[in-house]
Amino acid sequence: MFFLVPTALAFYFSMTRWTLFDATFIGFDNFIAFVSDPMLMGGLRNTIIYAVLTSGLKTVTAILLATLITMRLRLKGLFRGIIFFPVLVSTIAIGITFSSLMQPTEGLINVTLGFLGLPQPDWLGNPRLSLYSVAFVDVWKGVGIATVIIMAGIVAIPQTYFDVTKLEGGAWVRFRHVILPLVRNATYTVILLSFIGGLRSFDLIWAMTRGGPGFASDVLTSLIYKQYQAGFYGLSTAGNVVLFILVTAIVYPLMRYFNRREIEI
Amino acid sequence: MKVWKEKKKFLSSITLDVVALIVSVIIFIVPFVFILLMASKTRQEAALFEFTWPSEFQLFENILKVLGYHNNRMLLALLNSTIITISSVTLIVLFSSLVSFVMQRRADRMASVVSSIMLAGLIIPPAIVPTIFLLKSLHIYKSLFGMIMVDVAYTMPFAILIFRAFMGTIPRELDEAAIIDGIPPLRIFSSIILPLLRPAIVTIVVTSSVTIFNDFVGPLYFLPGSKNVTAPLTLFSFTSQFSSQWNLLFADVLIITIIPLIIFIFFQKQLISGMTSGAIKG
Repeated sequence: MFFLVPTALAFYFSMTRWTLFDATFIGFDNFIAFVSDPMLMGGLRNTIIYAVLTSGLKTVTAILLATLITMRLRLKGLFRGIIFFPVLVSTIAIGITFSSLMQPTEGLINVTLGFLGLPQPDWLGNPRLSLYSVAFVDVWKGVGIATVIIMAGIVAIPQTYFDVTKLEGGAWVRFRHVILPLVRNATYTVILLSFIGGLRSFDLIWAMTRGGPGFASDVLTSLIYKQYQAGFYGLSTAGNVVLFILVTAIVYPLMRYFNRREIEI
Repeated sequence: MKVWKEKKKFLSSITLDVVALIVSVIIFIVPFVFILLMASKTRQEAALFEFTWPSEFQLFENILKVLGYHNNRMLLALLNSTIITISSVTLIVLFSSLVSFVMQRRADRMASVVSSIMLAGLIIPPAIVPTIFLLKSLHIYKSLFGMIMVDVAYTMPFAILIFRAFMGTIPRELDEAAIIDGIPPLRIFSSIILPLLRPAIVTIVVTSSVTIFNDFVGPLYFLPGSKNVTAPLTLFSFTSQFSSQWNLLFADVLIITIIPLIIFIFFQKQLISGMTSGAIKG
């Protein structure tokens, strides 16, 4: 036991230390190149937009869905299964499917919109829309896990709280004053997880737009890959370090704050 | 009067279910039906992207075509993915159950250092080029072995998190009794602790095999070369080669989607409880 464990640990260390210590070897030239390049700064901005948007939408949708499913619906297991399944499917497969569904002229989404007499935007080809279209698909794929986490939180609320609201106040009071405050821990988890996921996400964006059109939907991770492909390893790693700093600078305080506000039921 | 009122109540509660079912089918099931339809169409028909029943049902021909394409490249990819998934999941379960056993049972400095490293491993995005550099200097870059090692390192923090939470529910008296009986530590672990960990092991096996099987970024960076292709990567390289053959591309999508579907049908409960328990404690 005391032989195997240190071996396993040392092995794990050897993989992670690189991520941590590499920052010191880079020198500042790469960072200066990074900051002065408008394309890279655009990627930084897109990363933050993407992460905030996806995690916000996922959290709100998940709370509503979870409340609806646990409180009102009979086929709980079925709905949970339907919503959860996309989580397990390969992101690339989903990206390809939605790229065809979002086809500007023949795609199912625009055909339906046209049928209803609504405008048919070019979801992925319009540089002002593409990032948001990808974010929408990300929410579609990831809302299942968020919903399941919130559902677990709702189920853990003791029944007595609900009994009180049966006497006074209706569904809204139950939602606003029982569910919302008491699933706070689960909500924090969802926000954190989806935020980290949003900052790090790469495959969906790469499968759907490859950062395009132009650089309109490039995020840090896709830029890291582009730099790597082009052979600019230093710049690629600088992008990695920026991402690392970004994640730590946002997530760590957020985690501290959430931990302090956590409640015991 | 009362009966009528109750009937109405029942009806309205059913209505909500039906409406919700229709909406969720449109939003969540239609894309999968679309995959199936596209995969069964002929080449010309698939290029229209229409959501219609195929005039000629060609699903099996298309799937066989994809599997045989380019010297059975797809079969090779599935084989590679299976090798990577099975071996890394085995190592993950072995290593992380041992590590978390020790971490949970002793509360000294070392354990707290290790646990903060694990937390960091959950949050920090992996640095890619340095890892490639490391793999190269160990001469395991572009090999399945190297990919397995990277997968093990990336997935272990999550596995340890779940194991530790679960290990807390196994009473300490159990191993103390075994120590008094003079059983060697490794045997305490293998014949007392490991069997009790079964539910956690199932959870980790199922969740991590789905993630590793679907992993795209890892093989993209650490496993280039046509010999080492993995399942999600075939989709990616087929997008360019099959650009005019959408039916084949979607047959490929279908093959890759069916595998998690099967896992999901068999292990739905473990999957969901595993993913949430890890998440909530995190």
